[in-house]
Amino acid sequence: MPGDQDRARAYWRANIRLLCILLSLWFLCSFGLGILWADWLDQFHMFGFKLGFWFSQQGSIYIFVVLIFIYVYASNRLDHRYGVDEEGDTYEEDEEYYHPDRDA
Amino acid sequence: MDIQSLTYLFVGASFALYITIAIMSRASSTADFYVAGGDVHPLANGMATAADWMSAASFISMAGIISFIGRDGSVYLMGWTGGYVLLALLLAPYLRKFGKYTVPDFIGDRYYSDTARLVAVICVIFVSFTYVAGQMRGVGIVFSRFLEVEINTGVMIGMTIVFFYAVLGGMKGITYTQVAQYCILIFAFMVPAIFISLKMTGTPVPQLGFGSTLVDAPNTYLLDRLDQLSVELGFAAYTAGKKSTIDVFCITAALMVGTAGLPHVIVRFFTVPRVRDARLSAGYALIFIAILYTTAPAVASFVRVNVIESVNEIEYRAIPQWFRNWEDTGLIAWIDKNNDGRIQYRAGAALEATRPDYSLTRGIHGQRLLNNAPSDNDNELYIDRDIMVLANPEIAGLPNWVIALVAAGGLAAALSTAAGLLLVISTAISHDLMKKVFRPAITDQEELRYARIAAAVAVGIAGLFGIYPPAFVAQVVAFAFGLAAASFFPVIFMGIFYRRMNREGAITGMISGLVFTFAYIVYFKFISPDSNTAEHWLLGISPEGIGTIGMLVNFTTALLVCRMTPPPPESVTALVDNIRIPRGAGAAYHHHLR
Repeated sequence: MPGDQDRARAYWRANIRLLCILLSLWFLCSFGLGILWADWLDQFHMFGFKLGFWFSQQGSIYIFVVLIFIYVYASNRLDHRYGVDEEGDTYEEDEEYYHPDRDA
Repeated sequence: MDIQSLTYLFVGASFALYITIAIMSRASSTADFYVAGGDVHPLANGMATAADWMSAASFISMAGIISFIGRDGSVYLMGWTGGYVLLALLLAPYLRKFGKYTVPDFIGDRYYSDTARLVAVICVIFVSFTYVAGQMRGVGIVFSRFLEVEINTGVMIGMTIVFFYAVLGGMKGITYTQVAQYCILIFAFMVPAIFISLKMTGTPVPQLGFGSTLVDAPNTYLLDRLDQLSVELGFAAYTAGKKSTIDVFCITAALMVGTAGLPHVIVRFFTVPRVRDARLSAGYALIFIAILYTTAPAVASFVRVNVIESVNEIEYRAIPQWFRNWEDTGLIAWIDKNNDGRIQYRAGAALEATRPDYSLTRGIHGQRLLNNAPSDNDNELYIDRDIMVLANPEIAGLPNWVIALVAAGGLAAALSTAAGLLLVISTAISHDLMKKVFRPAITDQEELRYARIAAAVAVGIAGLFGIYPPAFVAQVVAFAFGLAAASFFPVIFMGIFYRRMNREGAITGMISGLVFTFAYIVYFKFISPDSNTAEHWLLGISPEGIGTIGMLVNFTTALLVCRMTPPPPESVTALVDNIRIPRGAGAAYHHHLR
């Protein structure tokens, strides 16, 4: 169906835009603040930490976690908006295991 | 109870738990064996991924390494966590939608070629064996110190346990044991860290204690004291970097991309039911990993201050017991260069050789004498970096049960990673080689039997690596990342994001990236180790960071070759279009499995 294809293409473009934004933040926070500008940042202090040192050994890791959760939230919304989410998918019953529709 | 019996109790109880789980979650089909039936809860998968990921190197070696190299240790911290962002955003959801069992499966199908599949299988086996070697050694070290058995006996015991649940339960057994192992290892890592943070800074949260003032000097920050001590003894300041910026950049990038490309981590995301679960469980996994990874640098600085203050300029007769214990294990050595009976700890290697060679006699102070020639600096102390975490509770004078707990935690970390790797190796052989290439006609039950045999053989080989170790635990692991970064990540990434990428491009890309990286590392580590210094390196990039360049070589070659060769067939571009859309993952998958 041509309508489906257009929608899939638009979804993919929106997805790529989301990835570009998040990966730029990822790069800036780790390679930027933690490595390239870390020496300059070291002139500032936060408690006992030099700021560049803090970013390279602590801050960047916290930011990574936050970025993934922003992605989880934003991509689920994106899936929903473009009607490509998995809500319509059916699952076979399986007593033993985790069942997404029932347990989530 | 004494430490010995407590350790036996803790380690024994944890092993009993693993075996119980193994018996309860036996695999009955290849789907169970390869992807735990594809029905793992994202939270459970997050924990299992964290345990799978955090190896003996993370648990035992990382804080120790950071402790010795200070600021530069951030390459490991950022590198081994930042890769999860790449994995969650660029690979995991799409590979889950693809919905097959292995990384070579994806590469073989996407690049419509058994040659590509074969190259991928070789990479998987190579990367996984380099990585597993370090784990078995870690098991041996823990056993030898805490249970006072020979390192080799320790390796054998570890092998038996892994054999039990990996061969019996496959991915299903491994997943649920890894959940248990995560709980044990994180508890074992955090308890001493919290104790030590309280003791030194009065803050129960190590991540904050790390930036706080000291209990015994309320006006001095811990890190300032550490910088001052380091400089006094001739080391560089702890919070100042020594590596060049380009090298730090490349090592971090290689570790990140390598993390995202490691097959044993990728396959974990095949085990959840839906695409959105794959994304979510990558997030959970990183939280669970971050708990350890943000604590490790704090522990590193605490231990560093503690070691310097409790050893330097102290008479050997008055040395704390932990020092003698680890000297007996062979991981600490003292050579009294100026014959004053006191230990001088200074910058530089104490010995000419890299490892101490003990003679059978003891010196006048009771120390173990060495056959090694002393180096011509003032440093009299050899400390193996691997012991920093293991000895941490003893150094800080923590209760016996904490010491026993660390032993169980170290074993959990090493065994969980070893099991994940062995599974990937066995799957590569039974599924990617036997089923897909050599004997497509075999039934599910026959394939399962091959998987079990392959797992058993792989456990045996891994054990041999543990008994005859190639090098340092952490150094061996660093290899695997460079190779994964240069081979898997680029071809999987282009397979998803570049529809035009074809068979020829992917195969030449993988081979060129791999050969380049492998040759560079082997040259500097084995052929010409003397020239392994910054002025000989390509652009000042060390062998640890060369995977980044290998990745670029892979990308460039693949793109060039792809332009000169025919585009992929339509069925393949349809496959790419399909994996880009989440809808249909659950349905397609369950149909595929049953």
